[in-house]
Amino acid sequence: MSENKVPVMAHMLAEGKVPDILFWVGCAGSFDQRAQKVTVAFIKILNNLGINYAVLGTEEACTGDPARRAGNEFVFQMLAQQNIATLNGYGIRKIVTTCPHCFNIIKNEYPALGGKYEVVHHSQLLQSLIDEGRLKIKGGAFKGKKVTYHDSCYLGRANDVYEAPRDVIRALDADLVEMRSCGKRGMCCGAGGAQVFKEEERGKLRVNTKRTQQALEVDPDYLAVACPYCNMMLSDGVKEVENTKVKVIDLAELVAQANEL
Amino acid sequence: MQIIQIALFILISVASISLFLVQAKRIYDNIMLGRKEKIHDDPIWGIQQMLLIAFGQKKMFKITSAALLHLVIYVSFLITQIELIEVFVDGFTGGHRSVYHFFENHRWVFFQHLYYLSINMIEILSVLAFFATIAFLWRRNILKVPRLSMSELNGWPKLDANLILVFELALIIFIFSMNIGDRALQLKGTSAHYPVLNGGGFIVSGLIAPAFQNLPEGLLIGLERFGWWGHILLVLVFLNYIPNSKHLHLMLAFPNTYFSRKEPKGEMINMPGVMNEVKAMFDPSFTPPEVEGEVKFGAKDATDLSWKSLLDAYACTECGRCTAVCPANQTGKLLSPRLIMMRTRDRIEDIGKGIREHGPEFSDNKSLLGDYITKEEILACTTCNACVEECPVTISPLNIILELRRSLVMEASDAPAEWNTMFTNIENNQAPWQFSPSDRMKWADDL
Repeated sequence: MSENKVPVMAHMLAEGKVPDILFWVGCAGSFDQRAQKVTVAFIKILNNLGINYAVLGTEEACTGDPARRAGNEFVFQMLAQQNIATLNGYGIRKIVTTCPHCFNIIKNEYPALGGKYEVVHHSQLLQSLIDEGRLKIKGGAFKGKKVTYHDSCYLGRANDVYEAPRDVIRALDADLVEMRSCGKRGMCCGAGGAQVFKEEERGKLRVNTKRTQQALEVDPDYLAVACPYCNMMLSDGVKEVENTKVKVIDLAELVAQANEL
Repeated sequence: MQIIQIALFILISVASISLFLVQAKRIYDNIMLGRKEKIHDDPIWGIQQMLLIAFGQKKMFKITSAALLHLVIYVSFLITQIELIEVFVDGFTGGHRSVYHFFENHRWVFFQHLYYLSINMIEILSVLAFFATIAFLWRRNILKVPRLSMSELNGWPKLDANLILVFELALIIFIFSMNIGDRALQLKGTSAHYPVLNGGGFIVSGLIAPAFQNLPEGLLIGLERFGWWGHILLVLVFLNYIPNSKHLHLMLAFPNTYFSRKEPKGEMINMPGVMNEVKAMFDPSFTPPEVEGEVKFGAKDATDLSWKSLLDAYACTECGRCTAVCPANQTGKLLSPRLIMMRTRDRIEDIGKGIREHGPEFSDNKSLLGDYITKEEILACTTCNACVEECPVTISPLNIILELRRSLVMEASDAPAEWNTMFTNIENNQAPWQFSPSDRMKWADDL
């Protein structure tokens, strides 16, 4: 469909256009099948609202987050400096991303390397669009549904973003229920710090199993996430217990589905 | 008799305060063995953090019951320091309640009231602290709160924790035996050394003293002296016990919260050396600035850590709130953030001792990574910051873990095979998985 064309930065520049905001898709959003659906949902929201954005497309590269957290500063520096060169080359000022790991590293760690941008997570962009009245959520689809929100560590504790994702869920008219461990005390899904790229160390159970158990305690219809890695981990966790009721779903998907995009 | 007491008091106080200063210097020197690092240059903000978090106990209140019990003991400890002023004046002069009599002689009525208020507060708080201490002992030994009875605390840490609580009970008993003995002697009215205070008895001991007033004078003087000497001796013993105990937190919580990190918790500390090297690779016209001394990647030993991480280790009181919320620990992995702090402290103590005994070139062929903290522990961390968020005195076990990982991966090239694959993928495909960079926008095909 033509209204869902994705503006790529290089093409925009050739046409002499400047985007207001760059959508940083991230590796998971680009390659992981589950996260790709979130990317598409978010693109649909952006297109639907007529937001002047662009993506880097094939010029985007890993932020270097997993390498840095795993202790490999060289690989991180190579990727980060390469990305900063690309972003600065295009004169990018504002970035939105659906991945809290990309969000954290571009916002907090790129400035020391010469990459200074205003960076927002998609939950924050959605929240401000709702607040401004630009994004109106049709009630209905999630009315009365029990939704619990799993805080991403890199959004919550790492950057103190706790309310924006919850505000988006509240805007759905859904019944937001909190897990016993939430907000500042929210338990990790087990993916961060490059854990998702290797087997877990010896232990009694997997982190995502434990976190899924906590989520299922509140018996939700939807387990809302705001991170592609939380999405992977908790989807696996839900599959493991063969729970067919609860759906792990990203905030962008909730909004897109509510508005039948 | 009087003169012997004064001489003894001066001797013991000077000796124990000197010993304390020697121990404090030892800890300061050990912390300074760490890597230099500027934490922040905002003293106003630092003081705010200190007032809120250390003085105001803000982060303690994440667990209300423990926070209230701790608050009672903490406030009672702070207030009791007021009485210590008089104990020292009396000790040096051989006087009795010199501060009160000084106010009385000068007819400073307001200060006389203030004196009563202080002692009454000490008495009330001491009673509360007595029960709070019992509650702490109960939580630790009978209720066995999981984080306080984990096997990683077996041995000295467990004994240390209980010893401190017993010290506290003894201190409270001494305070009351002093005040009760004193008041009973006043009521008896036979000893010139214990004249009646014109404000009457103190709020708690005044209630109990009448029951003691018929005891022989010698016995009552003994009771008062037992309390007075017991109090001050225990304070001086405690002063020298603290530097060797987890209880050092009662001093170091203050500088440690002052030196809280201002950056968001998610921000990892940059490595300018590597940054410049990579910059020079991309831009041949850029010459990296000369680096002084040996270039190290991350921390293999405690001395490679920032001095702040070493201060963190000394400020840790092993409460285990970090370990209780650690996702790795909760799922049975070897990692325990508390143990990271305990081992770091053990290591820097061992290095400090070695240097004092064998000179600055001391080496025992051991290192923090490997001999004190294992690879398996640091690999289990998800960098979720739960431990950092939870710590009541803003300690970061995460910074230590990440520095150790840097050494493991960059110095020892000992990353797990799957991580090496991930590194290669990022370098070759600009993504942690083996996908072609040209497929990066394939998701848009379905639109």
